Amino acid sequence: MQTLLFLILFPILVACLLLFVKRTTLRYAVVALSALAIGGASAYLLIRYASGGAVYFAASSEAADLAMVAIEMALALFIIYMGAKFRNYLAIALAVVQAALIVYLETSFTGSLHAANNLFIDQFSIIMALIIGIIGSLIAVYAVRYMETYHHHHPEVRDRQTMFFFVIFAFLAAMFGLVFSNNLMWVFFFWEVTTIASFLLIGYSETEEATTNAFRALVMNLLGGVAFVTALIFLAATGPASGGIDLARVLASGDAAVVLIPAVLIGFAGITKAALMPFSSWLLGAMVAPTPVSALLHSSTMVKAGVYILVRFAPVFAGTFAGFSVGLVGAVTFVVASAIAISRSDAKSVLAYSTIANLGLIAACAGVGTYMLVWAAILLIVFHAVAKSLLFLGTGAIEHRIGSRNIEEMEGLIVRMPKMAVMMFIGIAGMFLAPFGMLVSKWAAIEAFVQAPFGLVFIAILAYGSAVTVFFWAKWMGKLVTVTRNAERVEKGFLEEPWAPLYITTGLVVAAVFLFPVISSTLIEPYVLAIYGVTAHLAQTNVAIMLLMMALLLVLPVSFFLLGRTAKHLPVYMGGRPATPDLHFAGSLGMTREATTQNYYLTEYFGEARLFRPGAAVCIVLILASWILAGVAL
Amino acid sequence: MAFLKRSPWILHYDASSCNGCDIEVLACLTPLYDVERFGIINTGNPKHADILLITGGINEQNRPVVKNLYEQMPEPKVVVAIGACAATGGIFRECYNIAGGVDKVIPVDVYVPGCAARPEQIIDGVVKALGILEEKRMKMTGEAQAKKEPRLAAEAGEGR
Amino acid sequence: MNWLIGAVLFLILAPVAGGLIAGIDRKITARMQGRVGPPLLQPFYDVGKLFEKENVVVTTAQNFYVLAYLVFIALSGAIFFAGGDLLLVVFAFTLAHVFLVLGAYAVHSPYSHIGAERELIQVMAYEPMIILAAVGLYMVTGSFYVAGIAAATAPAIIYLPGVFLGLAVILTIKLRKSPFDISTSHHAHQEIVKGITTEFSGSTLGEVEIAHWYENVFLLGLVYLFFAWNPVIGIVAVAVTYVVEIFIDNVTARVRWQAALKSGWLAALLGIANLAILSYMTIGGA
Repeated sequence: MQTLLFLILFPILVACLLLFVKRTTLRYAVVALSALAIGGASAYLLIRYASGGAVYFAASSEAADLAMVAIEMALALFIIYMGAKFRNYLAIALAVVQAALIVYLETSFTGSLHAANNLFIDQFSIIMALIIGIIGSLIAVYAVRYMETYHHHHPEVRDRQTMFFFVIFAFLAAMFGLVFSNNLMWVFFFWEVTTIASFLLIGYSETEEATTNAFRALVMNLLGGVAFVTALIFLAATGPASGGIDLARVLASGDAAVVLIPAVLIGFAGITKAALMPFSSWLLGAMVAPTPVSALLHSSTMVKAGVYILVRFAPVFAGTFAGFSVGLVGAVTFVVASAIAISRSDAKSVLAYSTIANLGLIAACAGVGTYMLVWAAILLIVFHAVAKSLLFLGTGAIEHRIGSRNIEEMEGLIVRMPKMAVMMFIGIAGMFLAPFGMLVSKWAAIEAFVQAPFGLVFIAILAYGSAVTVFFWAKWMGKLVTVTRNAERVEKGFLEEPWAPLYITTGLVVAAVFLFPVISSTLIEPYVLAIYGVTAHLAQTNVAIMLLMMALLLVLPVSFFLLGRTAKHLPVYMGGRPATPDLHFAGSLGMTREATTQNYYLTEYFGEARLFRPGAAVCIVLILASWILAGVAL
Repeated sequence: MAFLKRSPWILHYDASSCNGCDIEVLACLTPLYDVERFGIINTGNPKHADILLITGGINEQNRPVVKNLYEQMPEPKVVVAIGACAATGGIFRECYNIAGGVDKVIPVDVYVPGCAARPEQIIDGVVKALGILEEKRMKMTGEAQAKKEPRLAAEAGEGR
Repeated sequence: MNWLIGAVLFLILAPVAGGLIAGIDRKITARMQGRVGPPLLQPFYDVGKLFEKENVVVTTAQNFYVLAYLVFIALSGAIFFAGGDLLLVVFAFTLAHVFLVLGAYAVHSPYSHIGAERELIQVMAYEPMIILAAVGLYMVTGSFYVAGIAAATAPAIIYLPGVFLGLAVILTIKLRKSPFDISTSHHAHQEIVKGITTEFSGSTLGEVEIAHWYENVFLLGLVYLFFAWNPVIGIVAVAVTYVVEIFIDNVTARVRWQAALKSGWLAALLGIANLAILSYMTIGGA
């Protein structure tokens, strides 16, 4: 239990310490050391608790409960203050409603607000802790140098780095708290902290756009928060049947119909936090924040909290029409967001839509909730976290060097920044290619949906979704590997960016492929087995084939050094026109012209303007349907 | 093994032909003459071609183009000049912008006479070119061998 | 050990079979056009010739990508003929094709670039249908493994006529035949030169060709799975399907990419409709 408390409290301690650290070098030391401690502690969790089942800790304390309520009220006041300052009355209204509901909950159901055990840990929590502890803290380390350069590039932004790092570490603490809490009141408390933390981080630059987007994120997440409190009130009111606010009891509750309503409400909160449609806009807006924030929001925190809670409640969703409906929200989000990603040229925007899509896929798995799908969902969470953090960190580094995060501008990166290009290449491969994890999970999901009732709907959606995924990733990859001539190499002298986190995350993406059978058998399978009594796993032969593929992928580049060294080099074919290697050719009337190549964005088919509204409308209908279906089931 | 002779791929370029010869070249591809019988394919891409068929004389505008196309073809390669104009400039020879036959710009291996050249003649010219192509291939592999052998001998010498 | 024999036989024999099929294809095409056509072994002469040519590149990286393309195409087909998981086979093929596309991107040539983009559109067009074909075969035979599907006694084609038709549509894309030969074609040099393979020459182009043979054998194997309950009917069906594809190739003109994409996706819709009826029937029966 000490480790759990350490992981929750230590980041808070570091956060407070960082409030007083002004020098970058010192800050770097503090952040790096605490990252090491947090990562080490998460790894220790793995060794200590991986072999057993779920372990519960009473950790009961009146003081903690009171403190949480007090902080929640303070946060509500803070939102009201910020809302008044920036004239966002919707935020105020939602904060007031939420605070009122909390007060109502605390005063009316005092008797049933106690969980037998407040903290717990099981294999799923360990996985989440590892993601938060390792990837989250790597991003924090990366952020130190990044923010220094960021302020160098953006002198107009007020330097609030102490606040920034305070929030980052508070964020990590909240995430740990979220995944370790068995008391749903506690889960809710940490849930709210992540909402506020993301609000502060998105609004960091204090521009009008940043503020607007921060409030959008806040409002959408508060909406989820209101649903969460409503679920808590419902649970407290139906204490004996539903299991009250004790997560383990709720999940084990025999009265499926009663539990379904709070599950759908909490699932709605998960949908808002995971930025599924129609709430995807807050995550897109979040990219105005400095890149480490995006990396954090997308890979290890925030949105992962949303899908974490959905996957936790998957056993409740399983086999219900309400759950099916929630799953469909995810599936529709998956295909629509993937399709919109085709039409985007801004790297961060593509990454954001891809995140939304993958979270949709995870939600789809969780909503249908069979044991195989939960297995696939957890795999997706792991692999997505690793690959996506690498891609964001890489995009941030590239943006600092070439001054743009437009994918078209990344043409020829393999020449200009070879190391960076290889890392991005691996990251993108990790998102959609065999034998990397995301594809493996997608594949597992397809095989699992076949066996689920009405799974065909999901298969159909997945089939289209994975096809468009190939398109937008592959064309980005293509831009990276284009060998442009006469391009200046800008990687040298590249000391501003911290390379270590990039190398480590790249290593993690590759290692995840090799370790995936181990991750599955030691963590995911026992968890699924404990919940469902059966578990899914990948066949031995398939694992062997994938390891073979990975080995080939690592060996094949060697041929690069052996082949074609003796080859004669010729310029490209330009219709017979003599051309320079960088595609300048003699045009008519003696003019020299340049041929440029651009990717296809197919906006008339996949544009945001065309797809977002229908997608969002369908998702709203599905969300409403999930509520009605849960109500009918009762 | 000499596969080259059995699979000559062609690039056809109209330098400044009156289209008379071009039509005859294309006629070779029709079912009547069906040059695919000999494995001949019209590629339209110098990087894939073995034989460059040029009709018409060289003018000042396409001089660099012809040179570029020729340079882009991988060895071994041959050039077949088709028709009187491609051979000498033909009736356009005295025009202000005509440089003359194809051999003013790139080396020509086979000249097919005629105005316009008949399809049978063109096919005959290509078949002649195949012989030269094979010779060039032998020479190329021979050169590669020759380059390799002294090195091998030297290595053997060092070994001793 | 059967799986190993299957894989090794595929790796050795598929290029031979693929080349022969290509030769027959060209012969039949010629006859349809009233020509004599090239010798049966012409595809082998072509590839042999390509390996005799000088090694010419725009960038050395292109050889790496094409080699990776060939290796992964061969590996994917080998997984298929070893009786492996059909979905894994599909995804491994996608990986291989991405390598080809990257090779075309790497050379930074306008024509290759158009070919690469169109190739990706093709992948996007056929991927849904091919996944659905795997799922359909699973729904009938209860196995994702090629070995299991091939051993099934149920006549898959009876249950999956829509899926098979859909597959026939995207087969045209996969076989690089008209009307969907948009990314590279012998007949498109007026517009895209040679599309995705424009800058590949000599042995590199030869590798692309061999990879194509490997893939064609896999595709015919996939067609066979629909008739696997009876090997004789299976082989006849494969032959008929291929001749029909050649016929379509000869009577249609190349369409625009929009039409290719829509056709592929509509074919997938047909497959979905088929599967929906199938799952309705099985649920109704249970």
